[in-house]
Amino acid sequence: MTAQHEKLADQFRLSLDADELENCMRCGFCLPACPTFVETGLEAASPRGRIALMKAVVHGALQPDDGFAAQMDLCLGCRACEPACPSDVRYGRLIEQTRDVLASHAPQSGRSELLRAVFLRGLFPHTRRMRMLGRLLGMYQGIGLADRVRASGLLRVLPRHMQDMERILPRATGRGVAQACRQAGIPNRTERSGGAQMLVLPPVGERVGRVGLFRGCIMDVLFTETNVNTVRLLRESGFEVVIPEAQVCCGALHGHAGELAGARELAQRNVAVFAAAQVDYVATNAGGCGAFLKEYDHLLQQAPHASEASEFAGRVLDVSELLVDHGRPLEMRADAEMETVTYQDSCHLRNVMGVKRQPRALLESMPGVTYCELPGADHCCGSAGIYNLTQPGMASDILTHKMDDVRATGAQVVVTTNPGCQLQMRLGVEREGDPGQSAVHLVDLLAQRVAFHDS
Amino acid sequence: MFDPSIREELVSIVGPKHFLDDATNLMSYSYDATPVVQSLPDGVIFPATTEDVAKIVRVCASHAIPIVARGAGSNLCGGTVPVAGGLVIAMGRMNRLIEIDQENLTATIQPGLNTKEFHTRVEQAGLFYPPDPSSMVICTMGGNIALGAGGLRGLKYGTTKDYVLGLEAVLANGEVIRTGGKLVKDVAGYDLTRLLVGSAGTLAIITEATVKLIPQAPFRRALIAMYRSLDEAARTVSRIVAAKITPCTLEFMDQATTRVVENFAHIGLPVDARAILAIEQDGEEASVQRDLAAIEEICREQGAFAVRVAKTPEEGAQVMEARRSALSALARLRPTTILEDATVPRSEVAAMVLEIERIAAKFDVRISTFGHAGDGNLHPTATTDARDADELHRVEQAFEEIFWTAVELGGTITGEHGVGLVKAPYLEWKVGHAGVEIMQGIKRAFDPQNILNPGKIFAETRKRVVVQQ
Ligand SMILES: Cc1cc2nc3c(=O)[nH]c(=O)nc-3n(C[C@H](O)[C@H](O)[C@H](O)COP(=O)(O)OP(=O)(O)OC[C@H]3O[C@@H](n4cnc5c(N)ncnc54)[C@H](O)[C@@H]3O)c2cc1C
Ligand code: SF4
Ligand code: SF4
Repeated sequence: MTAQHEKLADQFRLSLDADELENCMRCGFCLPACPTFVETGLEAASPRGRIALMKAVVHGALQPDDGFAAQMDLCLGCRACEPACPSDVRYGRLIEQTRDVLASHAPQSGRSELLRAVFLRGLFPHTRRMRMLGRLLGMYQGIGLADRVRASGLLRVLPRHMQDMERILPRATGRGVAQACRQAGIPNRTERSGGAQMLVLPPVGERVGRVGLFRGCIMDVLFTETNVNTVRLLRESGFEVVIPEAQVCCGALHGHAGELAGARELAQRNVAVFAAAQVDYVATNAGGCGAFLKEYDHLLQQAPHASEASEFAGRVLDVSELLVDHGRPLEMRADAEMETVTYQDSCHLRNVMGVKRQPRALLESMPGVTYCELPGADHCCGSAGIYNLTQPGMASDILTHKMDDVRATGAQVVVTTNPGCQLQMRLGVEREGDPGQSAVHLVDLLAQRVAFHDS
Repeated sequence: MFDPSIREELVSIVGPKHFLDDATNLMSYSYDATPVVQSLPDGVIFPATTEDVAKIVRVCASHAIPIVARGAGSNLCGGTVPVAGGLVIAMGRMNRLIEIDQENLTATIQPGLNTKEFHTRVEQAGLFYPPDPSSMVICTMGGNIALGAGGLRGLKYGTTKDYVLGLEAVLANGEVIRTGGKLVKDVAGYDLTRLLVGSAGTLAIITEATVKLIPQAPFRRALIAMYRSLDEAARTVSRIVAAKITPCTLEFMDQATTRVVENFAHIGLPVDARAILAIEQDGEEASVQRDLAAIEEICREQGAFAVRVAKTPEEGAQVMEARRSALSALARLRPTTILEDATVPRSEVAAMVLEIERIAAKFDVRISTFGHAGDGNLHPTATTDARDADELHRVEQAFEEIFWTAVELGGTITGEHGVGLVKAPYLEWKVGHAGVEIMQGIKRAFDPQNILNPGKIFAETRKRVVVQQ
């Protein structure tokens, strides 16, 4: 073993949870749940395989070389292997610990390091910079520059998958949900607690609870409308909605990319901000963020305020859970148009937050909507955070198979519950969908079909 | 590592994408579902056709390279662990369902086809293929045939060996043979089909199989009986058999097993019972109802404190599905699960269950028992930690005594998981010296160079250590 690999292997021995590795009894029940195994048929690209490789590294039987790192990178982090595992192996922790070690020791490939530097360290942690980016993107799209750039072929110098992404990005804004709510004329007031400022939007009718909105950094720039619709639906269902100004990115992309220290820092800030807001629940509308927030207790278990973190984690719910299980039932418009819809689970919403019933219940409750279950809805669509940027080949193969399944349902609308999934499904629809097909967030579809009592 | 020229020959058969020999991939084909055993191959190859397999075997034969055929690597006997290194032939690309023949009620498949997928396709065609190993979500038909896999329906419908009608296989010299066919009767010479079923890749590489299908039963219903003692549950099993009722499934789970399975599946299993039986019957509705009523009565007679009859066939399916996760779910208790499948005549199930309890106490190890009680096939499972050498040794001693007890009760050391690597030292206990010799003769006739899965089935026989008490 080379000296560098030796050092890295030592780090793995320190960082990987030996008990969790031992808990995998290699039954293989997780194999059919794993998209990268299904695509490749390779044991090394399966959860059982990856765990065996980690264990081999820890035991000194395998060098943590490029081949090893490649298999770890190929994992989507979708965690479909966890609910499939009868032994309750928490694979998500193992892959996170592995990536943390790889990220801190091994030189990243040029492109993926650039992506990390730009997105993870330069952008996501900084709300202002995200807004700025949003405004720039919005301008670029708004003044027709986007079309001209496309026409000029300038985009052809970008790798194919980046060009694809550019085409399906929604109109970005730099406003953010709080400002957009004010502009939309939704009743609001400003509260202050311990120097922190938050926008409070009163419920429609009797109050059933107080909810802090976790706005999400990508959500808030690229999907401001979805955030506004989330606020409207929660209010309609009886929740008082609080948007704390000082909240930051959830840290999921950092965590999944192996930047755990960065993730912890963001987590601590969010825990403090929402504690000050004194809310009953923290609402998310992005499965990826929600799942990460829900695991703050694990992320911060060695940190100074561990108990606050687990209290926070206990309050995190997806917007669909709040609407179905905690709020007043929504009244649907009877005159909405007829549509066949299908639903692609957000991996983290389903596998980590355990939410699969509520989004389906909402879809089935809409007059005019024929709901058709998507075969393999529990299989990742290939979006997986920035996976579609770092592993374009695999992401694209997975998406192609996903679109075959979508076609079989005959649905015009593919509903998702996470911005990454929504972009990926848009890409799928754009690339190989039928004309007139679209991909929308559950919240946006609901907003079209709910009979709001507060116009 | 293979010599570059051998590597070249192998790559030229399947193309560079389907031959792997980098450290990461070799490591991932060094194990299967068997605890503790692991060994690296020198290469892994993914053939697409019988012709590919024949060519690969010829290359290996000419260089005396060990060959290990591999399905999904879900076996529990070390069957796919390449103990002598060599080449792993992974059958994953040969996974087609070639045909379902509605006129002859047969299906012809390639070995890499997933068992569950096969079941689904057969059922869509309105037919039924009974062998249903608990691992069917992952395992392959080839692996099932090579190990003669059983399952939850063995009691009434038999196991894989009762369904294989014909095989295509590549011999150790690269020649291709066909045995049997779409035939109900066939006595032309030795029954090579039966011989290859359960041969664990030591006699030939199976490349195609024709299996028998049967009509689907029109009605099925399950019940769960709950007991305050293992003994009562086990006695019920013998009583049902003695009453000449043959349910399609009769599964036994002790309390520890029931609890972990419920923790995984959340279907409302009775976690307070010391033992449960999950029983299913299929057939014409009237006769199923009659059998279930009789079974319920026997359960109560033998001390069941509650009997719950499923309302729908789906409810029963859910229970059996949950039961299939038992082995893996037991790993929730301790990191390592070592499971055996000592099998006894059905009349001895109660005696065996008690013996297992006694032996576990004697060696101070934790053994949970579940299994296909209706056919006498129990799965005593030690929950332990491979990192504790002393405890592991006691587990080994306990299992030796369990094997011995099973054989003394007229049973066998393995009912369905196969001898493979881990039970090779005990084979002689069951089949005797002459039995091992004749089997070795057969092995030599098929594979004179001993390149097909070497190290499996045959080993130095373990001396029975008699502990004076
Ligand atoms: C949780 C769990 C539950 C299980 N439950 C059951 C059960 O209820 N009943 C039961 O019988 N078993 C059970 N098993 C054991 C195992 O799943 C079966 O033995 C299954 O048949 C193995 O199939 P596989 O495709 O994984 O084969 P593998 O494990 O890949 O191979 C098994 C053996 O077959 C040989 N082989 C594979 N393919 C070929 C081929 N094409 N030609 C020649 N030889 C070949 C291999 O060399 C090896 O010796 C269980 C295992 C697990 C992990
Ligand atoms: S299902 Fe769980 S125990 Fe089984 S191989 Fe996968 S991770 Fe390991
Ligand atoms: S997280 Fe997803 S891609 Fe990664 S091993 Fe688990 S199932 Fe496979």
